Amino acid sequence: MPHLNPDHAPPRRIVVFGGVYNNHLSLAATLAEAERRGADEIYCLGDMGGFGPRPDKVFPLLQRAGVRCMQGNYDHSIGNRLEDCACGYTDPRDNHFARISYDYTLARTSDANKDWLRALPTGFRHTWNGRQVVMAHGSTRRTNEFLWASTSPDHFLEHLLRDAEADLLLVTHTGIPWSRTLPSGRTVINVGAIGRPANDGNLNVWAVEIDLTTPSDIRHRFLPISYDHAALADEMRDEQLPEEFVATILTGWWTTCLEILPAKERALGRF
Amino acid sequence: MHTHQPAPPTLSFPYLETLWLQVTGTLCNLTCKHCFITCGPNNASHPIMTSEQVTQAVDEAVGFGVREFYFTGGEPFLHPEIEELIAYVLERGPLSILTNGLLIDATRADRLAKLAAASPYSLDLRVSLDGFTADQNDPIRGRGTFEKIIGAVTRCAAAGIPPILTITEVVPATEATLPAFQQLLSNAGITRPRLKFLPPVRLGREARRDRGYQDEERLVDGDLLPDEVFSLACGTGRMVTAKGVYPCPILIEAKDARMSDRLADALTPIQLRHQACYSCHAEGLRCRT
Ligand code: SF4
Ligand code: SF4
Ligand SMILES: [Fe+2]
Repeated sequence: MPHLNPDHAPPRRIVVFGGVYNNHLSLAATLAEAERRGADEIYCLGDMGGFGPRPDKVFPLLQRAGVRCMQGNYDHSIGNRLEDCACGYTDPRDNHFARISYDYTLARTSDANKDWLRALPTGFRHTWNGRQVVMAHGSTRRTNEFLWASTSPDHFLEHLLRDAEADLLLVTHTGIPWSRTLPSGRTVINVGAIGRPANDGNLNVWAVEIDLTTPSDIRHRFLPISYDHAALADEMRDEQLPEEFVATILTGWWTTCLEILPAKERALGRF
Repeated sequence: MHTHQPAPPTLSFPYLETLWLQVTGTLCNLTCKHCFITCGPNNASHPIMTSEQVTQAVDEAVGFGVREFYFTGGEPFLHPEIEELIAYVLERGPLSILTNGLLIDATRADRLAKLAAASPYSLDLRVSLDGFTADQNDPIRGRGTFEKIIGAVTRCAAAGIPPILTITEVVPATEATLPAFQQLLSNAGITRPRLKFLPPVRLGREARRDRGYQDEERLVDGDLLPDEVFSLACGTGRMVTAKGVYPCPILIEAKDARMSDRLADALTPIQLRHQACYSCHAEGLRCRT
């Protein structure tokens, strides 16, 4: 496990990820990568459940590694035992699959883990290397706002970061990683998700490393994470999760809940 | 005065996320029976916006940190400078266009695809349909429209900009009707189907086609759910027409709904006192893509 420093000393290397979606195998691989890189703090921006098999498996991994976890919209729903994930799909096929993974995750998450999810904070803020670093699940103003590259204009992001007094903003919630340095020099990073591939035909998932070793500068790097996707697929089939979900793990293409993708992101996928 | 009428709820306005632009006013090349703003070739109650009116509203919204733009009408492609306006907006952010598709020929579909490819932001076309056969659709949208709409959808798909299909729930979406829609789309060459189902708004011609609102179908204080401001079009959006700023696309013909001349004066809380507000709340009417 990574060597976590005491709270007072500023960290030097940080790994940030989100969108675990019950994928305990990619989570273990991400934590191993963080350790290999000497990360002294690890952050998870939320959405532990949905999609993958055996929800309870991710919690001991997160807790043992001392990951600083945030509550995503899915965690809020599961933690509060809500009836559905409130994803608000209008496409009946998307609704059908969202319902399957939500009901599965809700039924198989222990009460203790639900309580843990319910108690998670909804954001983080730090001053690192003299800069304001803010972490949120969807956006700083709403947990379930999607920050896609193709629907987040520069002027809008400037506005968002100015309001949040952020020089660097890290988010997840969409599942597709991107980053942009704005005209003002402020930076937005969507860390993507470690729970499923990024709809680009590759099987790896993505996390982000924040490098604070250069004083007064913050650098970041996207980390491709490979893991035993075949084993995950087997486990999903054992759990009788839909073959459509398994296909995503085995091909790198999203097959369900595509409605949320804006035109540009949708055109890059296969379905 | 109805002294015993309970007060309508007040909706806050947290921020401007969506700017709706009624670029062609109420001018349309169809006269659909369910149109909630009674659009048609002879309705000039909201005139076409000048290009300056459009770009001014866009610039003003950019100053407020707006996130996304919608072109609507009427039929947006009746605007003489529509492609210039599309290019202008796509330099600044993502754009959705609500269209009946009839004016999208192959050349236009190609030009739209080029505009979309040239922008870092998404261009979404939304085409409406009222059934998966001419027999279902044409009585509502007009004779021969089914063929024309499917033709436009096919051309857009071939050009690489497959539209989102909005299906007003005049024909209910059921497990039984869905596969037929899917088949229709795949015949049109759409391999990435995107469907939206919308409930009808009982205004304009729809009020005469089916029924208007019952008297008790109105919102009163306390009706709103905690996060409803984020799902209602009027919660984080405003509609600009040639006549000024309105709370949403639905109310532009409603009495007293006009808010101001400029966007800057319309980013304020409103009262949900119209009966259409009941549809938004009770039936989950959503305007956004
Ligand atoms: S519903 Fe749309 S296409 Fe039909 S008349 Fe109204 S604006 Fe025109
Ligand atoms: S009709 Fe709907 S969107 Fe318009 S003001 Fe009423 S609630 Fe808001
Ligand atoms: Fe999320």
